[in-house]
Amino acid sequence: MPPQTLEQTLEGRRSQPNQLIEVLQDIQKNYGYISKEAMQIVSQGLGVPLIEVYRVASFYKAFRLKPSGKNVLTMCMGTACHVRGARLLLDQATGQLGVKPGEVTPDGLFSVEHVNCLGACALGPIVAENGSYHHHMTPAKLRKLVETLRHQKTEGNQNVQAQ
Amino acid sequence: MSRLNSFRELEHLRERLRGQRQNITTTVMVCGGTGCKASRSQAVIDAVRDELSRQGLDTKVRLCVTGCHGFCEQGPVIIIEPGNIFYCHVSPEDAFEIVYQTVVKGEVIERLLYTDPVAGKTVRIMSEIPFYRAQDRQILSQNLNVDPCSIEDYIVAGGYSALTKVLRGMTPENVIKEIVSSGLRGRGGGGFPTGRKWSECREAPGDEKYVICNADEGDPGAYMDRCVLEGNPHLVLEGMMIGAWAIGARKGYIYVRNEYPLAVEHSRTVVEQARKLGLLGDNILGSSFSFDVDIARGGGAFVCGESTALMASVEGKVGEPWPKDIHTVVDGLYHKPTTLNNVETWANVPSIILNGSSWFASKGTRGSKGTKILALTGRIKNTGLVEVAMGTPIRTVVFDIGGGAVNGNRVKAVQTGGPSGGCLPMDKFDLPIDFDVLYEAGSMVGSGGMVVMDEETCMVDMAKYFLTFLQDESCGKCLPCRLGIDRMLETITDITEGRGKPEQLDLLEELADTVAQTALCGLGKTAPNPVLSTLRYFRPEYEAHINEKKCLAGVCKALITYSIDPDKCNGCGVCLRGCVYGAITGRKKQAHIIDAQLCQKCGICRSECKFDAIRVA
Repeated sequence: MPPQTLEQTLEGRRSQPNQLIEVLQDIQKNYGYISKEAMQIVSQGLGVPLIEVYRVASFYKAFRLKPSGKNVLTMCMGTACHVRGARLLLDQATGQLGVKPGEVTPDGLFSVEHVNCLGACALGPIVAENGSYHHHMTPAKLRKLVETLRHQKTEGNQNVQAQ
Repeated sequence: MSRLNSFRELEHLRERLRGQRQNITTTVMVCGGTGCKASRSQAVIDAVRDELSRQGLDTKVRLCVTGCHGFCEQGPVIIIEPGNIFYCHVSPEDAFEIVYQTVVKGEVIERLLYTDPVAGKTVRIMSEIPFYRAQDRQILSQNLNVDPCSIEDYIVAGGYSALTKVLRGMTPENVIKEIVSSGLRGRGGGGFPTGRKWSECREAPGDEKYVICNADEGDPGAYMDRCVLEGNPHLVLEGMMIGAWAIGARKGYIYVRNEYPLAVEHSRTVVEQARKLGLLGDNILGSSFSFDVDIARGGGAFVCGESTALMASVEGKVGEPWPKDIHTVVDGLYHKPTTLNNVETWANVPSIILNGSSWFASKGTRGSKGTKILALTGRIKNTGLVEVAMGTPIRTVVFDIGGGAVNGNRVKAVQTGGPSGGCLPMDKFDLPIDFDVLYEAGSMVGSGGMVVMDEETCMVDMAKYFLTFLQDESCGKCLPCRLGIDRMLETITDITEGRGKPEQLDLLEELADTVAQTALCGLGKTAPNPVLSTLRYFRPEYEAHINEKKCLAGVCKALITYSIDPDKCNGCGVCLRGCVYGAITGRKKQAHIIDAQLCQKCGICRSECKFDAIRVA
């Protein structure tokens, strides 16, 4: 982890404990997770006890404490998606990839996560793939998406940017 | 544009911008909201822009990338003025035709028009589409005229004139009086009278006060705040500025969910724009009013929708609520008097100031004034954002606007108010959308989520769904919520898995009552509502699960079995390939079989079978 980027994240926010969540958001965005080292640096930089940094990082769902897979499949489990069969999609993803929600596949290619609402309820069920929304999903469409992503693994950078 | 130092300079700017747009003959409004973006509207926007410039129309035709139009199911959506022409499911390949035929020649492209699924006819004009016709779009209609990230658009549309009216000639007391007499109540869920909140905050001792906009829309199945903040952020900001002037605050925060990246980006953009023009900062428009706003991103915790938890989160702490013995209008953010309102509440303020409180109060019922934006979703034909006058019957929203259930099914219930609300059965559909009436009926208006359920939705499973959600989201600070929800979920799980006993229903009611009375915060107190309302209106479903071990909707896995109807199965193999558990066997073109031992009852096979051959019993 390049420490200068962490330093940049902290710039202008030093000794401001109220910036803790904002700083952690930026670290999460840049690195994909919050490491122990990052928490220590943030603790010193903002003047917040390490235990409080850990408490906040583990309390909010936005923060991951472990790296995620290269492709993050996020299943929306909001009410609107639920009544349209979001459960099927979670079963499809966990069954096909052999992991539980929150876990990463052994090859590091996929992690499956679920969130309580992505706020695109009219188009449910929604699956977000690295932040890009796929609407009106079915198990079959999801299966194809997983296969497509799996075969992209050799093509280098295939990041789909969040909109 | 340079900083505006007086009211006159703002008006001059408005006139100048309007003058610049005199030559514009046509406006093409493409929805750039999250729903349409998920349907790849960005590609449509780029294609239309390229086409306009290729045909040399950039100066005469205005391409306006707007916020949500509400009818997300039909995205990407384009509206063309004049003519109010509504095109849906537009693809980038349609750009040439849209520009050449409709914009230049004024001809309508039949295949892009919306087809009313009930009447089976195409509809040409947006306002005649049944989904829009029965609405009263006071706030959402403003989304159409502005590019959310253009302060010029907002000013041309009359923006910041409510602020000018307030700063020029209204005392804070007058502003509060106007809000009080409008009858505006909080749109976030609580329905607390906004004017009273402002008045108490103004009277609270202390010079340092805050206003906060709650855009932490955590209710699953609700996204109206997202669309207002994404689609017209200047409107929300203007509302906050008026509120800040009224209560005497110099600092405000927009607390927005980080799961809404577009809302975060747009909020940041408009704050920057307003600062540059001097609409935020010291001595706004040359007046004595100074005010600034910062954006605080939420961390994805449902409990942070609760006012005290939200304030803790703005302070950078864990989002746990604190007891409200002293209200937050006196002891709020950083222990200072704080007024917290929801996005939609703030968005209502400028119109009330401009049009007067009696205009606002002329809509709605005795206790609930104005309009309410609802997120109409679930097992219904027309899903999207709907804005209706308070007092509109649920039936109108579900059937006239929503078009009824999908697949010819029968509508069974509507869930309103999210995890704090309840499920109302069909025979309550004549009830008006009104804070007090829905509360009496065991549900609530809440933030406006309306999830429609049909005969394929199990109401016990719904209660279980909400308890699972709440167990996951409970912050764990107070015992009744932390353990009460756990025990209720345990009991309901027993019922859905065939271990239920009749006496457990009384236990559930008792537990629910205890949690409602003793939990620390509003979210905990209302957490039992989904259980209580389903028990109240759908008790026979619970009893069928317990006594007959049956889930009539075919949802609860432990009570159903999957099999294949050999008469309908033609051995196409789709289910065999689809089953992730390898539970289906069969030869090509011969009826397949499900191995009950391996079947996990996920239902994937049923969702994929095109011949309706998978049976659930």
